[in-house]
Amino acid sequence: MVRTIRIGNAQGFWGDSVDEPVRMLRMGPIDYITMDYLAEVTMSIMQRQKLKNPDRGYAHDFVQFIDRVLPELMEKGVKVIANAGGVNPEGCRKAILEVARKHGVKGLKIGIVSGDDIMSRLDEINDKGEKLANMDTGEGLFEQERQILSANVYMPTNGIVEALDRGAQIVITGRGTDPGLVLGPIMHEFGWSDNNKLALGTVAGHILECGGQACGGNFTRWREVPDMTNIGYPIAEVSEDGGLVITKHDGSGGMVTVDTVSEQLLYEMGDPKNYITPDVVVDFSTIQLSQDGKDRVRVSGVEGKDETPFYKVSISYLNGYKAVAFLTIGGPDAYDKAVKCAEVLWGRLERAGCIYAETVTEFLGSGVVHEGIVPKAVDAPEVVLRVGVKDPDRNKVNRFGMEIAPLVTAGPPGCTGFSGGRPKASEIVAYWPALIKKELIDVHVDVVEV
Amino acid sequence: MSMSMWWRCKVKKVKLSEIAHARSGDKGDGSNVGLIAYTDAGYELIREQVTVARVKTHYHKICLGDVDRYEIPNLKALNFILHDSLGGGGTESVKTDAQGKTHGMGILSMEVEAPDEFQTSY
Repeated sequence: MVRTIRIGNAQGFWGDSVDEPVRMLRMGPIDYITMDYLAEVTMSIMQRQKLKNPDRGYAHDFVQFIDRVLPELMEKGVKVIANAGGVNPEGCRKAILEVARKHGVKGLKIGIVSGDDIMSRLDEINDKGEKLANMDTGEGLFEQERQILSANVYMPTNGIVEALDRGAQIVITGRGTDPGLVLGPIMHEFGWSDNNKLALGTVAGHILECGGQACGGNFTRWREVPDMTNIGYPIAEVSEDGGLVITKHDGSGGMVTVDTVSEQLLYEMGDPKNYITPDVVVDFSTIQLSQDGKDRVRVSGVEGKDETPFYKVSISYLNGYKAVAFLTIGGPDAYDKAVKCAEVLWGRLERAGCIYAETVTEFLGSGVVHEGIVPKAVDAPEVVLRVGVKDPDRNKVNRFGMEIAPLVTAGPPGCTGFSGGRPKASEIVAYWPALIKKELIDVHVDVVEV
Repeated sequence: MSMSMWWRCKVKKVKLSEIAHARSGDKGDGSNVGLIAYTDAGYELIREQVTVARVKTHYHKICLGDVDRYEIPNLKALNFILHDSLGGGGTESVKTDAQGKTHGMGILSMEVEAPDEFQTSY
């Protein structure tokens, strides 16, 4: 019998279902549960939290999950790999250790993988002559004064592998690649290191990384998706001989078909022949999918090429302020009245001397997201006016928020739905993608036992 | 049947939603639209007719930059990158669809020409 492991992803992003990790653990057999909490913007939010309180800066949802299930996790021997560490993996582990003590758990090993956070190393990196040039514009990071909020390297997966090799049952990482959360346990279990095997594990991770999206979530033919309420999250069944099947727990809702998996393969896809990770470059044009029974899709033929000499760095910086406001306009003539509202709003702001770097005016319900594709629904029975501004001047952005409510009484008739106070300026966190030479970055792994 | 034979036979218009499905997401300040045909014949139709020019025209109010196009025959799919289509990208944009989540469904209303006897069921 060929040895097979089951890896399920129960969290696609910070803010995903809080119940799914528990369902993933309880609804059927599982060896590893992975949890992906980090998006680009998440790192900057966490860096802010850490500045205010050095004990924070990680995904607290993860600590709550562990608290909810720790004895069960220990009993079943299920391993958990999460990038919940954010900008403070050590702080996240401290919180988990407290939970473990509270439950009276003994013999639990918790690993952290770090080295990705180069925020405090930026001067040193600049001195070494690294430009951290923006991958889109070519501009060097240090060419201009910037208020940098976070700087994290997408780390290779070998840190996760080492933590598992050293017996960790819970592995907490900072920034790594999303597919690495799934590739890690595969490399640990089977010792795979050749490019095609690494590519297969990376594809498994890519299919799993957005949770429900592989199982009928966000699926074009949504009417056909059974029991969407109880949608199961995806599980990769990986066998030692290189087999890979995407499935979900029996009894969960949703569906796993060649069509649902194909859609997820294409999600956020760039050049399909060169899907670059720190571990391998995957050629998606080699992937073969086939239905292998109900809710089972077999993935085969995957080929990979040598890794590149660089890691990707995700840097975030403050780039001005923004605010958005909504106003609902009832009929008759809802669209025309919404247009009038917008005209009045921008006119009053101009009168107050407020010209913005950028504005947006949308008439939701009239065909905004498919503008130019669908005819404008100028006869909509109601329209939501959505207006927004961007500007480096915080006060000016706040001034915009003061001009919405007056439209209700000093604008066209039938404007409503404005509540919750004046919209306030919020910081715009911009994102700076760059590359860094691999030799400048070290992976740190640390495993402790309670 | 190849495109070059089409002048000989009657053609009809079919919506992409009848022969393909789609998904989109963000890529920096642009979005990607993955278009997947249900059948090999459907893939031939989209491969021949869903060109960069047609996609750029289709999204003329949404995509302000270039369109890149990739063929992925093993998945019966095309992948498009719509540059400058998010109003500055995920975290910076003040547009409603700052992540291009709706762009995929948007391509399915495009029409292509198919031979009269072409079966659109999947």
